[in-house]
Amino acid sequence: MKKLLSRCCALFACVAPLEARADSWLASIAQYRSDMIYQSIQQMTMVAIAGGLAIVVAVPLGVYLSRESGKQARFGQALMQALNMGQAVPKLALLALAMSVLGIGRWPSIFALWVATLLPIVLNTLEGLRAVPRALIEAATGMGMTPRQVLLRVELPNALYVIFAGIRTALAITVGTAPLAFLVGGGGLGELIFTGIDMNDFPMLLAGAIPTAVLAVLTDVLVGQMQMRLVSRGVTPQR
Amino acid sequence: MIKLSNISKRYEGASAPVVDGIDMEVGAGEICVLLGPSGCGKTTTLKMINRLIQPSAGKIFIDGRDTDEFEVVELRRQIGYVIQQIGLFPNMTVEENISVVPRLLGWDKTKAKRRAAELLEIVALDPSIYLSRYPKDLSGGQQQRVGVARALATDPPVMLMDEPFGAIDPINRELIQDEFLRIQQQVKKTIMFVSHDIDEAVKMADRIAIFRGGRLEQFDTPDTILARPASPFIAGFVGADRALKRLRLVRAKDALCACECVARVGDSSARAQALLERHGVEQIVLLDAAGKPQGSLGVAELREIEGTLIAAHAKPVSGLARHSDDLRSVISSMFALGQAWLPTVDDEGRFVGYVSQAHIVDMLRLPAEVCA
Repeated sequence: MKKLLSRCCALFACVAPLEARADSWLASIAQYRSDMIYQSIQQMTMVAIAGGLAIVVAVPLGVYLSRESGKQARFGQALMQALNMGQAVPKLALLALAMSVLGIGRWPSIFALWVATLLPIVLNTLEGLRAVPRALIEAATGMGMTPRQVLLRVELPNALYVIFAGIRTALAITVGTAPLAFLVGGGGLGELIFTGIDMNDFPMLLAGAIPTAVLAVLTDVLVGQMQMRLVSRGVTPQR
Repeated sequence: MIKLSNISKRYEGASAPVVDGIDMEVGAGEICVLLGPSGCGKTTTLKMINRLIQPSAGKIFIDGRDTDEFEVVELRRQIGYVIQQIGLFPNMTVEENISVVPRLLGWDKTKAKRRAAELLEIVALDPSIYLSRYPKDLSGGQQQRVGVARALATDPPVMLMDEPFGAIDPINRELIQDEFLRIQQQVKKTIMFVSHDIDEAVKMADRIAIFRGGRLEQFDTPDTILARPASPFIAGFVGADRALKRLRLVRAKDALCACECVARVGDSSARAQALLERHGVEQIVLLDAAGKPQGSLGVAELREIEGTLIAAHAKPVSGLARHSDDLRSVISSMFALGQAWLPTVDDEGRFVGYVSQAHIVDMLRLPAEVCA
């Protein structure tokens, strides 16, 4: 019995400092609070600009590629090849290339993020539109819709679920890649992460990494909510 | 109402035309079924009417106007269109689906909604339940009802239907066909209807156009096509049992005989016996004062009755036909009951005459040369 008690005491003696350490860690992470906020805003601004521009370019591009006609189909294939290659290039290399062409700072980072985000959205827009049954298009045309009305009222609304899935994937990539922007002088939470690594300062590293993770999850939740709101219940599989 | 004048369609590079010189005319309020094996050009012909396919040669007139004169979307908005895959838009509710063409034509939302509710009533779906549903919440049969309602939305005079009931299971298909015929009684549209099912064609059509290899083989009423197929191909296509199929086309009220051979409660037994003798039959139906059959009386029973007949004298009749039944179902109940004749009553249950096997056989007898 005495033995057991002494063991418990020993265990407690081991755990107590840990707790104290966790407290002190939180405190040391918290000291970067203003940096965290400033860099989060900086990073999310880049994500928003790159992501927004990617959606604005990629969706119409996907629509354009889905229209079938001889010359366009050849061009479309070449374009898809280029995009696939772009996807294969590592994000870090993409940043380095952007920096060597556009110099350092914010805009090369935004450009690299934009390129990385483009492909999933184009692919999903194209696939979503291709998956719309021919019968729907025939019915719509036979009822007297113009090609433009068929696209806007039938094809896009029915492809929207798949398009949103592409946007979700794309934005997850962007948020995850964004800390790398620091390496080309774009700022963002990478500043805390990479400096933390370099200085072997664990709290500093976490001060950058935790907000990055939280922001990624929040972005996904936000896009998920938009998907729920904007996509008709009739084409959402699980509802 | 719809007139096809020497219509042909030939695709570039193809040796034979898909549709070759079709001439036909469908009157207002008629259902014309385009019938034939797959690849015979019936669907192509249908799609040339709303210019989903552009004819290579020939003219199509709707209500006397050349369809080429119309702006193509204007033309299509004036023609109801139903396809086999139904083609309801999954992203829209039932209400929005029905309102598509009205909205294209610029109706305001409340008017379109009122119309959608009205149409759901017509196709026997409760608007309070179904207006806000999505197509994926509906069964195949319900979806096609909505498909038909959608085609009727702006009350177009002409409807094109491309195997509309082809994807529905046989039991529901019968139901929806009956329903559709009932609706057609009210709306009287001019309908072009593609089918590959001879039974469906016989049931739905006022006229059947039989296609083969892009040519029109025969264009006539269902009865004529069954009774006098123009070629061995058509005879084969409509089937060896075509004489039985004709039974479906005749209603009991059109096959009645010996309407005066009845006895009424209060008549004398002697008069009834005289009637039996005159018509050479073995049984006579006894009617009450309202004209409703009470039962039947045979020669032997009549001999035993003296004076006037009362309802209690009669043996109950084993079966009745209704005057709106088709002969196929009447014959079927005759076979089931083992009887050679059935008394027939109208909707109020009053006796209107007899249907007898002998008379039906007479009616359906074909001229000798056709039977060969």
